[in-house]
Amino acid sequence: MMEKKKKTFRCVIRSEECKGCERCVEACPRGVLKMGTKLNLMSFPAVEYAGSGCIGCGGCFYSCPEPGAITIVEEVEE
Amino acid sequence: MKEVVKFGRPSGFFEKFERRPGPIKTNMHYCPGCGHGVLHKLIAEAIGDMGLKDKAVLVCPVGCSVFAYYYFDCHSIECAHGRAPAVATAISRTDPENVVIGYQGDGDLASIGFNQILQAANRGENMCVFFVNNAIYGMTGGQMAPTSLPGQKTQTSPCGRDVAETGYPIKVAEMIAQFEAPVYVERCALSRVPNIMAARRAVRKAIQNTVDKKGFSFVELLSGCPVNLKMKAHEMNEFLNEKMTKFFPLGVYKDVSAEREAIVRHTPIFEPDQVRELLFPEETKRAVDDNFRYTAKVFDEERRVKISGFGGQGVLSLGYLLATMGKLRNFNVSWLPSYGPEMRGGTANCSIVFSHTHVGSPQADHNCSMLICMNQPSVDKFLGQLGENGVLLYDASTIRQPEVSPDKTVYGLAASDLANTLGDQRVANSVMLGGIARLMQDCFLEGKESEDFDLAVEEAMNEHFAGKPQKVIDLNMKAYRLGKESVSIRFGARVK
Amino acid sequence: MGKTKKILLKGNEAVVYGALLAGCECYFGYPITPASEIAHASARMFPKLGRVFIQAECEIASINMVYGAAAAGRRAMTASSGLGISLKQEGVSYIAGAELPAVIVDVMRGGPGLGNIAPEQADYNQIVKGGGHGGYRCIVLSPGSVQEMCDLTMLAFDLADEYRTPVYVLADGMIGQMMEKLELPEPRGRRASQDWSLNRVNKTHNCVSSIYMDANDLEAVNKRLNAKYAVIREKEQRAEEYRMDDAEYVYVAYGISSRMCRSAVDELRSEGCKVGLIRPQTLFPFPENALRKALSNGAKKFFSVEMSNGQMIDDVKLSIECAKPVYLINRMGGNVLSVEEIVTRTKEMLGGDCK
Repeated sequence: MMEKKKKTFRCVIRSEECKGCERCVEACPRGVLKMGTKLNLMSFPAVEYAGSGCIGCGGCFYSCPEPGAITIVEEVEE
Repeated sequence: MKEVVKFGRPSGFFEKFERRPGPIKTNMHYCPGCGHGVLHKLIAEAIGDMGLKDKAVLVCPVGCSVFAYYYFDCHSIECAHGRAPAVATAISRTDPENVVIGYQGDGDLASIGFNQILQAANRGENMCVFFVNNAIYGMTGGQMAPTSLPGQKTQTSPCGRDVAETGYPIKVAEMIAQFEAPVYVERCALSRVPNIMAARRAVRKAIQNTVDKKGFSFVELLSGCPVNLKMKAHEMNEFLNEKMTKFFPLGVYKDVSAEREAIVRHTPIFEPDQVRELLFPEETKRAVDDNFRYTAKVFDEERRVKISGFGGQGVLSLGYLLATMGKLRNFNVSWLPSYGPEMRGGTANCSIVFSHTHVGSPQADHNCSMLICMNQPSVDKFLGQLGENGVLLYDASTIRQPEVSPDKTVYGLAASDLANTLGDQRVANSVMLGGIARLMQDCFLEGKESEDFDLAVEEAMNEHFAGKPQKVIDLNMKAYRLGKESVSIRFGARVK
Repeated sequence: MGKTKKILLKGNEAVVYGALLAGCECYFGYPITPASEIAHASARMFPKLGRVFIQAECEIASINMVYGAAAAGRRAMTASSGLGISLKQEGVSYIAGAELPAVIVDVMRGGPGLGNIAPEQADYNQIVKGGGHGGYRCIVLSPGSVQEMCDLTMLAFDLADEYRTPVYVLADGMIGQMMEKLELPEPRGRRASQDWSLNRVNKTHNCVSSIYMDANDLEAVNKRLNAKYAVIREKEQRAEEYRMDDAEYVYVAYGISSRMCRSAVDELRSEGCKVGLIRPQTLFPFPENALRKALSNGAKKFFSVEMSNGQMIDDVKLSIECAKPVYLINRMGGNVLSVEEIVTRTKEMLGGDCK
């Protein structure tokens, strides 16, 4: 029997593509997203990832109206 | 450590939004928090995952999503306000392999273009339509939509939507589900994550139905317009989930996808031989060739014939027979009917013009050479148009003997009475044709040409009644012969 | 002896024959007198060749279906009469703006408003001058016989493709309803697909649109359209001349009016009056060259003969730059000009000149 590999997830925010609508903040079940204060090139405050705690549910990705502002990356130990 | 993108930019989007003017080529033009972006991602993801980039045609509306074509990496078309379903219909019908995806907002779909969506749904066109219901006009700046909620304040309902004045929100999904043809109708909400995931399933199902040619699939999506409604993300979700769903309950309203067979459309035929077979007439056993023409001198100039009676007497039909004979004998010929309501039950008349050269005016309105009247009002109306040396033929069963100047020739023929003796009033027009043959012999044709006229009648009858039982042709020919024998010259000059 | 294939057809039916022979793939229409026979014949014949016939829910839907089919790279057609065409105009503007080929047939009837169903020619301004919003023109062909209803419909498809523009066949109730002998041209195959269309064979993902948010972009589009219209003006004028060689007086008439004029020319010529006829087969572009030639050949007076309130007369005057008097001979409301009336009014206007 194969040993179950541990999966970890990371939320990558392209802050220059974020319009600061906060939909992802609403969507995140773990509360690991919060609004930043720094304005991006479009003059929106971009959302920030706390750095850990993402469970890879994709709720923030599907709630985000922008195509590429949020990417959820799965880190697989080899 | 290996890194895999679990959720990332859907592949159904262009990598860069080159069609979007201005410097920003990665973002969409929508306001922050707009539901359109959420739905765009669901659709783009489905197009990419299902391998439809070369088959999908996105049909875009007028409204905020007018620029949807900036984003999707497939064929797309921008439509007039409300008309996307008509445009989509044509794209689907003219190539059934197209996966046609309609995208419309509430003003576009449920107001200006309501007829189009209902009719496309009712026809069961093979397409899926995503209907974004955000209860407001977004692009034009926040006016009342047909789906705005009672009491909702907008630019055009500043005191709140008054249902006594403006009615209630229109429940489109419920309406579409009432039709027989649509296969799948669901209402979802682009609010909290579980709702969005339900919408994702609905989007995929609707598109899959279209791929499978099941017919019309419709997904209504309650969506937020946070800028026009002046709401933050959580307020927006609350508005969708608590307020909007009261009027617009979520759920599947119809799903017969499993039991419906795939729609089969025909392949167009362009093979010249097959087109010829349909359009080109069969060679008939014509007794004469293309060079034949009546040489009687009267045909050196145009002959203008008017036939008139009441609708139902076969006036137009008699004219058509004459015109057909003209065609068969290589005249240039025109046949012009009275048309429209006048024809339906009132008086009917037609003009036939024969010429060996070009036919000028097709209307026998003056200088008529031959007038054929099948009721009294026709004589009263048209006798004045009969030109010098003209010939009048009338149904003597009902018409009293008209008075004419001495240059004219008048034939009476009790056509209706004679038709009755044959047991069918409807062949009075063929009796009249016999009268015409007789006066042609008397006035215009001689010898072989005169004999040929009978042949031409027979051919024209065969052509006119093609496909009808032989007894119909026989009866009409019988009526024709009877008419020819029974005609009597009442008075007048001979014009030969 | 040769036996050519000839049939007797109504003008409206000849349009459908022309369309099928030209390889038209789809017909979208809504019933309206006096154009309905086009829908009837299409409903009968398009499906027999596996082609698409849809009775649309309204005129607006039918022109938008044409827009969709044309965008998808298909030869498409719709037909109606004046009031139905009014409803289609938005769609025609979209088709012109998106530079799509399409054929629209207008079988004119009496107007304005509900008017009546008798023949008129008062859609001239609506069709020839634009009709919908924005600065566009359509090529307008005007058939004068049943044969031309077929032939010009075929030509309409070719011109529409060549210039990527909507093309009208502007007929009237009388030409539509009358029957004449028709010689059938040979059928054409399927038109090759265009690289700009939404046809699936195109692997570049195209977008058909007429929206240009940037004023400079939209101005450039307008300039391109106008350059196209200039080429059309130069290359596509068509007119038939009848007894024009020594004509001193010139009728300009299209459609059914031209048929009456032709008879009137013969009648006046038999009395020694040097009258001729210019029959525009294209109304946009208006056959200015034919009129200018008549002018330089010594024409003294022109007559715009039309079943409308003096609409074409503007183009007659512009063509000859008002160098000679232009008179209007017209009827309206569905009254058809009779030959007799044209002759009488010509004599009245010419006075002693007509001999």
